[in-house]
Amino acid sequence: MSRILDVNEINVFYGAIHAIKDISFYVDEGEIVTLIGANGAGKSTTLNTISGLLRSKTGDIKFLDSSIAKTSPNKIVSQGLVMVPEGRRIFLGLTVEENLEMGAYTRPKSEIRSSMEQVYELFPRLKERRTQIGGTLSGGEQQMLAMGRALMAKPKLMMLDEPSMGLAPLLVDLIFEIIADLHKAGSTILLVEQNAQAALSIADRAYVLETGKIVKTGRGSDLISDPDIKKAYLGA
Amino acid sequence: MTFSLLIAQLINGLQTGSVYALVALGYSMVYGIIKLLNFAHGDIIMVGAYMVYYAIASFALPPVVAIILAIGVSTLLGVTVEKVAYTPLRSAPRLSLLITAIGVSFLLENGAQLVFGADQKSMDPLITGSVMFGRVNVSYTAIVTIVVSLIIMVLLWFVVNKTKAGKAMRAVSEDMGAAQLMGISLNRTISMTFAIGSALAGIGSVLYLAAYTQASPTMGSMLGIKAFVAAVLGGIGSIPGAMIGGFTIGVLEALVAAAGFSMWKDAAVFLVLIIVLLFKPTGFLGKKMQEKV
Repeated sequence: MSRILDVNEINVFYGAIHAIKDISFYVDEGEIVTLIGANGAGKSTTLNTISGLLRSKTGDIKFLDSSIAKTSPNKIVSQGLVMVPEGRRIFLGLTVEENLEMGAYTRPKSEIRSSMEQVYELFPRLKERRTQIGGTLSGGEQQMLAMGRALMAKPKLMMLDEPSMGLAPLLVDLIFEIIADLHKAGSTILLVEQNAQAALSIADRAYVLETGKIVKTGRGSDLISDPDIKKAYLGA
Repeated sequence: MTFSLLIAQLINGLQTGSVYALVALGYSMVYGIIKLLNFAHGDIIMVGAYMVYYAIASFALPPVVAIILAIGVSTLLGVTVEKVAYTPLRSAPRLSLLITAIGVSFLLENGAQLVFGADQKSMDPLITGSVMFGRVNVSYTAIVTIVVSLIIMVLLWFVVNKTKAGKAMRAVSEDMGAAQLMGISLNRTISMTFAIGSALAGIGSVLYLAAYTQASPTMGSMLGIKAFVAAVLGGIGSIPGAMIGGFTIGVLEALVAAAGFSMWKDAAVFLVLIIVLLFKPTGFLGKKMQEKV
């Protein structure tokens, strides 16, 4: 397995607030890696830094062996590192189909149609609603659209930020099933979640974040039975 | 007032309204994408008008060349202003951007006084002649202005709704961060929006000159403000809104003038603005969509 993402000693600040403190971790090809932690632990900040929306003051981020620490967000996407942002952030004024087209912005026009069919196969609901504008979709459908939109870029690594946020339990299960399916089909995924139970149950490896630091790391299946983790995140 | 006079005034109104609409589109598109009221937009028209004037009156170039020159220079100027004055302020508070836009407007107006002189430049009409429809006399200028504007608007609608670049513009205007996560280049998309908006202003300057045959350093400020009112009236950020707003303002002015209150037509425009802001602050077509969680 080759290394696909290597994050090395990054430090991120919001003004005077030191949000990320010396975080290092990696993702290998074909893995699901999850970052779990409470609100404000720095999970989303970490993902936003990797995707180039925020910048680290120190260290380096390597994607497929080249540094992306200073690359602009749109160039990072065209290298195959794609993020589904927190709160989905689909384009509410664009139709479902146009949202998917935007996901394929960096790809040649000739390949868009077949990718779109694959996304529709994965999410038949989106096909039914392809001419509707994004703002008319339900929360679950918007999450499907956000994931479908990211898949349109044919990502080499897909980062998901809180895909279960605000969804009904049944839909949470569905979204995690889809993530597990994508993983089985060979996708590499970096997953950020507050729903630690669900995240750990599908992850190969996990990192636990607390106030901007990695405090624990291990296999998903080990952490799920770790007494400290149980107490802090799994409510047992 | 006879019926034929009313029709004639309506056509006049549609003619000025077309120019307002073209300029309002530039305001609205730029506001839509970077939330900036680009008060320098009106002054781009002024520069475009001087280009036509000098090309024809001083260098005796054919009108087509003058028109291409005006559109080209307007486009270039709009993009240059964006790159030099607005891009460095992208993450600054919106107020800094607004004040900068007012500064650029002053710079252009005073720069024009220095370069072109403070006096008005008059030229021969670009288009002459008229045609009778029944008992209504319609100038060719009015016909050309209205037809050209309508064609441009259809083209613009096509670009914004059907092309990849247009969809990217809509994506950026809705959510800059998410658009970047699609791989859309902000710099390129924003510059393109300024280029299109300024090109429309360039076309507006030619049509304005066709109607009024005069260029002056401050001509852009009132025209710009009227177009701004049109954009707000239609719902700022909305492209069809800008068109409807432009035509509404133009026709309103013509009707107020036809009723014998020529002196009051500017006041009427701003009165309508105040009423709209009081009762429907988002304008005719502006609306907010709720995000679902």
